[in-house]
Amino acid sequence: MLTLRFVLRNLARHPLRNALTVLGIAISIMAFGLLRTTVEAWYVGVSASAANRLVARNAISLVFPLPIAYAGKIRAVEGVTHLSWGNWFGAYYVDEKNFFANFTVDMRSYLDLYPEYVIPDDQKAALLRDRKGMAVGQRLARRFGWKPGDTVPLKGTIYPGDWNVVVRAIYTGRYPNTDETQAFFHWEYLNERMKVEQPARADRVGFYMIGVDRAENAARVAGDIDARFRNSLAETLTETEQAFQMGFISMSEAIIMAIRLVSGIVIVIIMAVAANTMAMSARERMGEFATLKALGFGGGYVALLVTGEAMALSLLGGAAGCALSVPVAWVIAHVLGDYFPVFLLSGETLALQGAAAAVVGLVAGAVPAWRARRVRIADVLGR
Amino acid sequence: MNRARESSVPPRSAEQGGTPDMDAAPGAASGTAPFLAQSRTASPPILLQSVSKAYRRGAQVVPVLTSVNMAVAPGEFLALMGPSGSGKSTLLNLIAGIDRVDAGSIHVGETDITTLDDADLARWRSRSVGFIFQFYNLIPVLNALENVELPLLLTPLSGRERRERARTALAMVGLSDRMDHYPGQLSGGQQQRTAIARALVADPDILVADEPTGDLDRVSAGEILDLMSGLNRTMGKTIIMVTHDPRAAERAGRVLLLEKGELADAHA
Repeated sequence: MLTLRFVLRNLARHPLRNALTVLGIAISIMAFGLLRTTVEAWYVGVSASAANRLVARNAISLVFPLPIAYAGKIRAVEGVTHLSWGNWFGAYYVDEKNFFANFTVDMRSYLDLYPEYVIPDDQKAALLRDRKGMAVGQRLARRFGWKPGDTVPLKGTIYPGDWNVVVRAIYTGRYPNTDETQAFFHWEYLNERMKVEQPARADRVGFYMIGVDRAENAARVAGDIDARFRNSLAETLTETEQAFQMGFISMSEAIIMAIRLVSGIVIVIIMAVAANTMAMSARERMGEFATLKALGFGGGYVALLVTGEAMALSLLGGAAGCALSVPVAWVIAHVLGDYFPVFLLSGETLALQGAAAAVVGLVAGAVPAWRARRVRIADVLGR
Repeated sequence: MNRARESSVPPRSAEQGGTPDMDAAPGAASGTAPFLAQSRTASPPILLQSVSKAYRRGAQVVPVLTSVNMAVAPGEFLALMGPSGSGKSTLLNLIAGIDRVDAGSIHVGETDITTLDDADLARWRSRSVGFIFQFYNLIPVLNALENVELPLLLTPLSGRERRERARTALAMVGLSDRMDHYPGQLSGGQQQRTAIARALVADPDILVADEPTGDLDRVSAGEILDLMSGLNRTMGKTIIMVTHDPRAAERAGRVLLLEKGELADAHA
């Protein structure tokens, strides 16, 4: 207890210097956590992916469609339990700045395949009944003030024209990482209009979503599907939902790498700042360390005092940084919700923040502790 | 070397018997605490044989002590005097085991401390030597009681026993009412008395004091010297004191004069 008191009271020796160091560590640990959360937000589609779901698309590129006639052949592949399909619709609401993720899907099969979108039974029934019906995530509904029954005029970009859809269901996410900023309406509504307005684009889908009986069978089923359409006009590329999502992320790999690099640099910088504080603190107290050694304390005890002080300083900053991260992440999630559908400070990130603080403390205290351990009594206390 | 003391007076807590003189006046040291050895023969003799020490400044070797031979009797109060640079503090450091000889041996009782490795030497210091420094060298973030308790962390005593002993030691130096004070809240004399309590609390055989009154006014210096004399007289502690002050040296039973690293003179 006396040693602990000794360590903690040392923190109060230079209140301003130590408070500024703690503040620096707190802000750095917070920045580290938020940058990591930003990367996680990028990967939210990946983390929300199910291991037993596959996505089949045109092997040349996602922009090329697949015939709807493939549905029957895919369904016939052994191990396929669910099948749905859809298109990236890419419309905006009234103004281009009101952009959001929107798809057309085969609604009934899609809702079966994606149970993470939770819709009240009455709204689900209304959605399935109305060919112009649309399901929207609750955060998207909140953003535009939509409620069930509202007609939403969408401006098509990929499929030009005005598309009036009706909000029939507002879904909530079953999991914290479920994206609640999307909207999807009936593929049949799109297909009917295409048949009339652009027949060449009718009966085409952007991708198939496939449920398999067991995750272990995913690779085999994907291979079987692709084999069925080999040497056809529209060969397929079937991959796990996770790999499909990773394909999008790889486009912004450089940005993610830069964010990761910055978060690492932040930690290195604060490590240097904390090490400087500890070096100054230890240098000022070499006389004390020599006195302790004269009294019979070993170098290990002296090193423990310095390391303990560095750890206390760092963990104090780390705790403050973690505590600050929670409200700041909440603010970011609300202010930048359009860019980051899910911005959630995870338990893993909090644990990493704590670990980073501990590493900062250990590294910052290492050299001063080593010097304190090696202090020669006679050199410091005089001859 | 501690065998005599350890066999006759094993470490005991204040609660185990005896009544510490909590009212001992500063400087009087008339009372003793139950944990302190009280026999004049308890302290071991100190014998230095052909002790030499030199320091290196770059390529230059500066001899500080040259083949010093001396003996300190158990319970003796010895003053080391000499001009600056004569090697007094170096000699004191060697006897206290905080520096290493280049040649020669130092026996304290049956132990040749020059043969001990760093860890054993540290252990020996913690049991056998109490330090009194010119500038007190108290830990500023610990109060008087905690400063005195500090050396007892190296003993197997419980926290309660440690605090009890530290209180007793502080009472012996007349600081019962200053236990919660931090060094910055104490006068120089009070700080030095706290340092003496810290030096005493582990019941060492030897007290080494490097200019213990060098930073004090005349009155405080007198009190400190009274206290040290009392410890020597009543508890039989061997005291080796480096000083420039002839008045301080007068309190010692013997004065050794060092000049240019050699013992030049001795008088009782």
